[in-house]
Amino acid sequence: LSCCWLIHRHSDKPAKMPAVSKGDGMRGLAVFISDIRNCKSKEAEIKRINKELANIRSKFKGDKALDGYSKKKYVCKLLFIFLLGHDIDFGHMEAVNLLSSNKYTEKQIGYLFISVLVNSNSELIRLINNAIKNDLSSRNPTFMCLALHCIANVGSREMAEAFASEIPRILVAGDTMDSVKQSAALCLLRLYKTSPDLVLMGEWTSRVVHLLNDQHMGVVTAAISLITCLSQKNPDEFKTCVSLAVSRLSRIVSSASTDLQDYTYYFVPAPWLSCKLLRLLQCYPPPEDGAVKGRLVECLETILNKAQEPPKSKKVQHSNAKNAILFEAISLIIHYDSEPNLLVRACNQLGQFLQHRETNLRYLALESMCTLASSEFSHEAVKTHIETVINALKTERDVSVRQRAADLLYAMCDRSNAKQIVAEMLSYLETADYSIREEMVLKVAILAEKYAVDYSWYVDTILNLIRIAGDYVSEEVWYRVIQIVINRDDVQGYAAKTVFEALQAPACHENMVKVGGYILGEFGNLIAGDPRSSPLVQFNLLHSKFHLCSVPTRALLLSAYIKFINLFPETKATIQEVLRCDSQIRNSDVELQQRAVEYLKLSSIASTDVLATVLEEMPPFPERESSILAKLKKKKGPGAVSVTELEDSKREGGELNGGGDRGPDTASTPSPSADLLGIRSAAPVGAAPASAGSLLVDVFSEAGDISSLTNPLIPLPCRFVCKNNGVLFENQLLQIGIKSEYRQNLGRMYLFYGNKTSVQFASFTTTVSCPGELQSHILSMHLLEPLVEGGAQIQQVLNIECLTDFSDAPLLNIKFRYGGALQNLTLKLPVTINKFFQPTEMTSSDFFQRWKQLSQPQQEAQKIFKANHSMDTEVLKAKLLGLGTALLDNVDPNPENYVCAGVIQTKGQQVGCLLRLEPNAQAQMYRLTLRCSKDSVSRRLCELLAEQF
Amino acid sequence: MIGGLFIYNHKGEVLISRVYRDDIGRNAVDAFRVNVIHARQQVRSPVTNIARTSFFHVKRSNIWLAAVTKQNVNATMVFEFLYKMCDVMSAYFGKISEENVKNNFVLIYELLDEILDFGYPQNSETGALKTFITQQGIKSQTKEEQSQITSQVTGQIGWRREGIKYRRNELFLDVLESVNLLMSPQGQVLSAHVSGRVVMKSYLSGMPECKFGMNDKIVIDKQGKGGSSEDGGKSGKQSIAIDDCTFHQCVRLSKFDSERSISFIPPDGDYELMRYRTTKDIILPFRVIPLVREVGRTKLEVKVVIKSNFKSSLLAQKIEVRIPTPLNTSGVQLICMKGKAKYKASENAIVWKIKRMAGMKESQISAEIELLPTNDKKKWARPPISMNFEVPFAPSGLKVRYLKVFEPKLNYSDHDVIKWVRYIGRSGIYETRC
Repeated sequence: LSCCWLIHRHSDKPAKMPAVSKGDGMRGLAVFISDIRNCKSKEAEIKRINKELANIRSKFKGDKALDGYSKKKYVCKLLFIFLLGHDIDFGHMEAVNLLSSNKYTEKQIGYLFISVLVNSNSELIRLINNAIKNDLSSRNPTFMCLALHCIANVGSREMAEAFASEIPRILVAGDTMDSVKQSAALCLLRLYKTSPDLVLMGEWTSRVVHLLNDQHMGVVTAAISLITCLSQKNPDEFKTCVSLAVSRLSRIVSSASTDLQDYTYYFVPAPWLSCKLLRLLQCYPPPEDGAVKGRLVECLETILNKAQEPPKSKKVQHSNAKNAILFEAISLIIHYDSEPNLLVRACNQLGQFLQHRETNLRYLALESMCTLASSEFSHEAVKTHIETVINALKTERDVSVRQRAADLLYAMCDRSNAKQIVAEMLSYLETADYSIREEMVLKVAILAEKYAVDYSWYVDTILNLIRIAGDYVSEEVWYRVIQIVINRDDVQGYAAKTVFEALQAPACHENMVKVGGYILGEFGNLIAGDPRSSPLVQFNLLHSKFHLCSVPTRALLLSAYIKFINLFPETKATIQEVLRCDSQIRNSDVELQQRAVEYLKLSSIASTDVLATVLEEMPPFPERESSILAKLKKKKGPGAVSVTELEDSKREGGELNGGGDRGPDTASTPSPSADLLGIRSAAPVGAAPASAGSLLVDVFSEAGDISSLTNPLIPLPCRFVCKNNGVLFENQLLQIGIKSEYRQNLGRMYLFYGNKTSVQFASFTTTVSCPGELQSHILSMHLLEPLVEGGAQIQQVLNIECLTDFSDAPLLNIKFRYGGALQNLTLKLPVTINKFFQPTEMTSSDFFQRWKQLSQPQQEAQKIFKANHSMDTEVLKAKLLGLGTALLDNVDPNPENYVCAGVIQTKGQQVGCLLRLEPNAQAQMYRLTLRCSKDSVSRRLCELLAEQF
Repeated sequence: MIGGLFIYNHKGEVLISRVYRDDIGRNAVDAFRVNVIHARQQVRSPVTNIARTSFFHVKRSNIWLAAVTKQNVNATMVFEFLYKMCDVMSAYFGKISEENVKNNFVLIYELLDEILDFGYPQNSETGALKTFITQQGIKSQTKEEQSQITSQVTGQIGWRREGIKYRRNELFLDVLESVNLLMSPQGQVLSAHVSGRVVMKSYLSGMPECKFGMNDKIVIDKQGKGGSSEDGGKSGKQSIAIDDCTFHQCVRLSKFDSERSISFIPPDGDYELMRYRTTKDIILPFRVIPLVREVGRTKLEVKVVIKSNFKSSLLAQKIEVRIPTPLNTSGVQLICMKGKAKYKASENAIVWKIKRMAGMKESQISAEIELLPTNDKKKWARPPISMNFEVPFAPSGLKVRYLKVFEPKLNYSDHDVIKWVRYIGRSGIYETRC
């Protein structure tokens, strides 16, 4: 049964099978099946089956040999019982015997049983393979077909091993029947899909390609499936198929509907073959040969022309077949993206479909148009359909079509129609399906930002967005609006006014309160002149929302209040009163309580000058990629056309793209105003290990937004040269902390991976590699659980051995899935040569004696550089000790200078090192001199250390 | 509390559906059908939880009875109710079959209204129910009768109405036991217990007070202590240790707890007075001695001897020995000394039937089983040989010592009552490993 299906699926015409003669009816089987169907209960069915099985066993056991007919009948019964869900553990031998029969029906049942029941490790596989081989080499086409179908249906590796070399020969042999060729092509395709390494086309390639010229349409159809699959893997080898495919296509397209007789389906000549040809052509760039290209363009034009002709039949099959070819042709046109004329025509054709009765057609038209919109040739043409698309968005009944319409609107948007589209999308948002709202919100936010000509429009749009679909506005969207307002002076006053008005609505969304709190806190003074929005009115308005908000929002509001105290000293008393009340200062939430207490103290202790400094207006954000865009990308995954296209156009309309992520930049300012930034920066501070100390604050300068996850390599933070513990890496998803210890030439490093999200990371894997000449050697790595639960931390241990000296650090590669998207991250591990230092104490005379011994010019490395950090003695000492060397007192005649000595332990040798650091406080300069017994070590150490001071 | 009760036929079609509480929706009916009756794999647990709804089911022949609830109910209560429901239905119209249920659906709804109220079980005593739920047409009742029904339903003795009169006061008492056994091939008892029931049928006038006595070890020992010492030693052998027992609601439990005497006012007609279970000193009526020999991969020789182990004057009946055969059996040859033996392919077993067999006898069957070689390397699991029989004594050793009837108001005494006592021992799961 499945063999027949295999043929039907792949050909325009079903292969003819020998009809089952009446005498072969197998009455016993029919009776048995009807018995089973008549069983009243499951128990009765099992009883009947047990009885039948016993009967078959006694028959198979019987001494006298069974004739082919009864063997076939019983094997058939066994097959039926197996398909009912019972285990069959005998009868395989009988089935294999059937294979050698000369009767078609017996052979067919034998093959059927084997394709369904025989597993690859059976000991019978040799016998089966033998039988298949016999059939393949027989001259009987039906037997050959049966054997090929069996190979394809089993499709195991063993089958591929046994026959992969045989089938191509059958496929291209001149004397093979057409039907056998069809089966052979499809069988080969199946084997190629399961075990591509075993199917080697090599010498057959050109002959297989020439099957496209075969007389028989069925063979062409089967072969083209094979060729498409093969050419996707090695396009170069099959390059010649393009011209053949084009000529074939043109012959079909230009043929009259009666020319192809059997292969004409409802007046459409060979629709399946045409589709496949068009799809094959999509694997290749446009043909270079002018003649071929001309012919192909002609074909495509004919197809487009035919779509305009009145239908030859009213049957749905006719239009389906016609449209299938048309859509495939349009895909090809889009794929080539080089024929403006065709692109425009395709676009117009699709425009007609936009109003078609058929829902599927509308869907397909919208989908294809989305890709058309990204082509420069057809973008304008697509834009002409804007009204229809907007209408589809509003009136369409099918949600998936509406989704496509929204996608298309997004794709066709440019500066000229942005206002209209954004307005339409906003109005649609009120009634949009819940499943697509978030995506719509992101799109509106992006379009508004990208094509904004004046900022008041942008602010209005986003505030509208929050008002209409507040629940679906993600953090990124309102972060972004604040970034832009802060970066643009001219919009701040307007923003403050609009926000103030928006907040006056009796019920407003929490996101609105957040934006409002932030903007009024920063720029409330700009509207304070108006008595209707005097400071106290502003404050009361904000505070009226306070109790309805969640903790993070309240925290933000508290920060806004302290900013108010700075902006409007007259509100100080009122606000202090609020901060002092029990619900703030004794709040059960630690964050809120801390803010209340600190702000209260700050406002009462600090002078106005101090307050003004601490609570200064936020500095502008650095230019970065819009975080919203990153979010949309993440949602859609790679390969979404519209997003990549967006990135290009972003550059032109980029003046608006101010700031990036706020968190990182501000956390480095060690003032309470860092808190103002809200919650996101506060959280990581708490999460950092306590031992990291103040040095760790600059960790956040490393942490980027999500987009940094795709950065190929994150450089090694230089602070790890002198430190063994700390946070190696952090972004919005992941935090990596390290803790390491070294002894002689061995080291052990603990890596802590913390999942900062609430979603689990799937397939979390890490690998460590040592690039190039790197000689440090990672001995062992403990494997990790592939899942990291949300909020959880996992630990990994690395054992390190230093073989000889080295300069490059080993690389750590981390891969995991967050949501659907694969995240890939490569970092340098902080393993540097100085980690293997052993401190050596020595006296002044010893030191200078050795210093002189290491007097060869290449053994010394010296560098004079400007101080990057403070030249405080204690800090310098701590750094030098952290380096791993012994700090020698009373050695250098100048007490300002620092002298260190140590031995670097590697597996092969020990390298003695002497170090001298001469600071010059007036000039803020250092002179660093290193002498080591090995020249490469001195150079590397010198480079490393120069970055430290 | 029970939220609803459904009765299905074997196909899963609903025959009776009665919902008592609003929390059970209409889809509950389908949920049970889809997840239990039509489940791909046979559902073995009698309690199924589907979408926070619990379904308790019992099966009688081809009929499924399912009680549904959303609450955390006492599961044993629900099952007890379902069993009672089955008893009541069979008391009204005999065997519970699809046809009977369909023919009596009005009656069943009437019964369901009576024995469950808002999901709380009510009086489910057949005798009491039969006085006011009849299968005849509506009989116009006098006021007197109506008030009698009220007092009957609400009164203390709900299981017996007043004013019953018989010309012949008669009493039937059956001790029905089923003996369960699992024995090793070497004849070692791995587990054995007897679960028994005392079933009575009483045709007594008035409101008689009955007292039932048996050879319960505790009672005998207590009497032995009070009475002569040599008597105690003698009766100690005959007394049995009852592990646990449950009684019909008519039995005064307080009296049983204090004096361990079983006294009650019996319902009229059939009822089950008590159930009990014993595990010590069980008389095993039959011993099965299996001998299985595998001759190569294609042949199996089985010899089974059964020995009857009771007084030779007694006769066991309906003996059936079931010897499982491997799944790849292709042919069986049988020789048996007594009875008839047959290989039943549909059940994958040899069934050996003997109509009657006296005590202290033995009989033997030998079978040659031919096997078909298979490509599965799985070894045959050798399921145990099971047995069915019926013997005219109680394998637990229980004896009825007395059953006294007192009716102070009417003028008949204990001696006037005709009493019939019968012991029947049946096999439960009686298996011997081979």
